Amino acid sequence: MKKNKLLIQNSITYAIIIGCWILVQILASTGHMTSLMKGLLVPLCIYVIMAVSLNLTVGILGELSLGHAGFMCLGAFSGAFFTNCMANVIPSVQVRFFFALLIGALVAGVFGILIGIPVLRLRGDYLAIVTLAFGEIIKNLLNAIYVGMDQSGFHFSFKDTTSLGMDDTGVVIIKGAQGITGTPKAATFTIGIILVLLTLFVVLNLINSRSGRAIMAIRDNRIAAESVGINITKFKLMAFSISASLAGVAGVLYGHNLSSLAATPKNFGYNQSIMILVFVVLGGLGNIRGSIIAAVVLTMLPELLRGLNDYRMLIYAIVLIVMMIFNSSPKAIEMRSVFMDKIKKNRKEAA
Amino acid sequence: MSFLSYLINGISLGSIYAIIALGYTMVYGIARMLNFAHGDIIMVGGFVIFTCVSTMGFPPLVGVLVAVIACTVLGVMIERVAYKPLRGASSLAVLITAIGVSYLLQNAALLIFGSNARQFTSVVNVPSLKLAGGALSISGVTMVTILTCIIIMAGLMTFINKTKIGQAMLAVSEDTGAATLMGIDVNRTIAVTFAIGSALAAIAGALLCSTYPSLTPYTGSMPGIKAFVAAVFGGIGSIPGALIGGILLGVIENLSKAYISSQLSDAIVFAVLIVVLLVRPTGIMGKKITEKV
Repeated sequence: MKKNKLLIQNSITYAIIIGCWILVQILASTGHMTSLMKGLLVPLCIYVIMAVSLNLTVGILGELSLGHAGFMCLGAFSGAFFTNCMANVIPSVQVRFFFALLIGALVAGVFGILIGIPVLRLRGDYLAIVTLAFGEIIKNLLNAIYVGMDQSGFHFSFKDTTSLGMDDTGVVIIKGAQGITGTPKAATFTIGIILVLLTLFVVLNLINSRSGRAIMAIRDNRIAAESVGINITKFKLMAFSISASLAGVAGVLYGHNLSSLAATPKNFGYNQSIMILVFVVLGGLGNIRGSIIAAVVLTMLPELLRGLNDYRMLIYAIVLIVMMIFNSSPKAIEMRSVFMDKIKKNRKEAA
Repeated sequence: MSFLSYLINGISLGSIYAIIALGYTMVYGIARMLNFAHGDIIMVGGFVIFTCVSTMGFPPLVGVLVAVIACTVLGVMIERVAYKPLRGASSLAVLITAIGVSYLLQNAALLIFGSNARQFTSVVNVPSLKLAGGALSISGVTMVTILTCIIIMAGLMTFINKTKIGQAMLAVSEDTGAATLMGIDVNRTIAVTFAIGSALAAIAGALLCSTYPSLTPYTGSMPGIKAFVAAVFGGIGSIPGALIGGILLGVIENLSKAYISSQLSDAIVFAVLIVVLLVRPTGIMGKKITEKV
């Protein structure tokens, strides 16, 4: 009985995504799509994947992470790096993109484990600040590194392109603060939607598995979970690294959506991590469908308010504060429950 | 000699971080919240001084005074409107609200002053000091910054240990429930904490913009984050910890800028933070919290 309910709930989530895809296809084919909207489609998929994967860390595992954009950054760079390196070996862009997605997920996931081992020992706000620090370190290092490739292999440097010491055949792939340029634009809305569905499949199945229940037990009461024999480190690392590798996938999508990729504070800084955290919290912690809706609405909102020009970010900030107070303030919650009781009463009387 | 000059500049930068970190650490100690908007109050302070001094032509000291008053009022207002309704809500909700306030301040400043950087005229008119036959030169701003930090630290320690409201702050930070039972007005104590923190942010803004004279709506955000790191570094909630954390951070940042790489200095600062937290999970001066089942 309960299993059926779960299946229906999950199917609704998948159906919403597929419905969105069909809607967009219809709108695009009938020409009701502005170029602004078209440009937003892939970023929407990216933010949905980011929000869902962060919800795994914050909502399901219960650890506050402020460095999620760092994993996205790793995925974006490793994916774009692979695509550019293999330009001569694998001619098909689609095939390269497919492998790039795998590599981005792998690299971000491995870093998730490497970072998770020391970081997950800390708790609460300290964990948040350390994840923030890791995100900044990743962004900073990728901003300073130069990588080139020639016949004898790869060359690394932290100074400039000339100190790479390559021969005539050498190509510079990562150019310090300029990042990676010339990545083919392989990301499309359809691929984005497929990746969103894949992310949902991974996360929803994890939540409803034995491991997922163990992870939630750790969130609800760590000590109780430990005393019934749940391996805390293993499950924490599992959730954290899966979340990281999904962020890596979003990053690869990001890297292949733009022809030039650079690690700026705007796209991979802590502000981005915080933005995604805002999606997760407003959508509801632990609520996957909520994350999707919040990510879509909050990404569209500043664009829809574009007519208001300079005021749009101001309005966005005010909406954020008011929503937060309305949603979480003890007084507002009380007022809401009183209001709901009244409605219920009226309904009973009417019946 | 150049090492000494880097060191002194580092201490000066660290003093600014320490003054900002005080705001974070006090608010965290008492209200258990990360006030992400704190960095933007620095920026507001900077713009108030800029308007007073460069646009209206007041003397610099008056500008600083006006900024301190304006930021204090702003800090208390933010607390009253945005944070007070959320008392008792989850810490994540408060954190997101603080982020919202931070966006609000940045974008309000962007609307009023535009995104172009303004040239900030230094509020400090002290001639630089030349030592060792001119080989070592310490600028006036550096000296004033370090001195201000020492005065603020001493003043704050006296305030907390000797006055009634200071003692109330200590009591609230130890145990809010017990403090309420003893008749302490927790709401008022939190408001006072925000007032002090914001006033300090205004002073930090004056010193920061005098050292790095370019003022944009985003001026406060990176120093804010670094000061927050400094507060965690020294042990969040501890006032001497904020001083030690701030100065260590400033020195590490300046020395790594000078000797390793200016691009990687931020990465080095954050890496040191991680190492410190792994060895001492509650910071250098932080209290150890024992866990009860």
